[in-house]
Amino acid sequence: MENLTLEGSAKTPTVSFDSDNGVLELKGRSIPENSIEFYKPVINWLDSYITDPNHHTLLVIKLEYFNTSSSKCLVEILRRLESLKEQSIVKVKWCYEEEDEDMQESGEDFKEIIKVPIEMVLVREN
Amino acid sequence: MDKVFEIYKQLEEKNVLLSFKGMITSELLTTILQIMESKMDHMDEKPKVKRKVFNILVECLQNLYHHIDQEDIVHVPTEDKSALLMIAKGDGEYTITTGNYMKSSDMEVLKTKLDLVNGMDKDELKAYYKKVLNEGSLSSKGTAGLGMIDIARKSGEKLDYNFTSINEITTFFSLAVKIAE
Repeated sequence: MENLTLEGSAKTPTVSFDSDNGVLELKGRSIPENSIEFYKPVINWLDSYITDPNHHTLLVIKLEYFNTSSSKCLVEILRRLESLKEQSIVKVKWCYEEEDEDMQESGEDFKEIIKVPIEMVLVREN
Repeated sequence: MDKVFEIYKQLEEKNVLLSFKGMITSELLTTILQIMESKMDHMDEKPKVKRKVFNILVECLQNLYHHIDQEDIVHVPTEDKSALLMIAKGDGEYTITTGNYMKSSDMEVLKTKLDLVNGMDKDELKAYYKKVLNEGSLSSKGTAGLGMIDIARKSGEKLDYNFTSINEITTFFSLAVKIAE
């Protein structure tokens, strides 16, 4: 299947989902007014990926900001990965910057809701 | 023309960094966020405070944006289809104030939600946020019902609000969110 690449904007993240190596990355800002619209192709891609996934799937979430409407879509994405468990070894890396307690806490929230391993990764500011 | 100076003085006294009254569009939100980001950079604001102000501002603005969307069914005069936004920085805290018309019939639901959120401590807010995140679904507009919970959680202060009745069908809603430095 084709890889999914979306260039980031002021309100939407950079998406690079690679089906060949199973590495899926979300980076930047996710604050669109209507996140359903933005995440539709992302969810669609995942729906097709989970039918024939890589042996390993790694989702890297490295968001600087995300709004509450995006957080719902992140749950949708993580739910897709939950369903993968038997066919692929799934891992999620939740990156947060030093002193960004809110982003760290958000990661913890997802960790408690989602049944795939979420590793918290502290990223030092440039 | 005296009025202009009056308005200026009021904004000055309240340490207003940015104020806007008018239609809330997607492009406007982008611009307001850019302006506030560069202002805070300029003021050498702590990254932690910057992030909090930005996050809360996003949710406040998007509440206004989605509200305006609804207003076609409210039948208020065209000039009333606008909202107010004010960002002030005074004594060690930021205050984000918003004001907008809403349907009077929606007031009770919103008031109940605000009182519920205001009655919760940090841990209760976290648990409530997680519950809504886990269970709820998105509306067709992409709103999650998480906005006020998130604002209260990040602010760490009680949400100050007021409803001003305009007539039977229309009410003016004002909200002030404080962010301590």
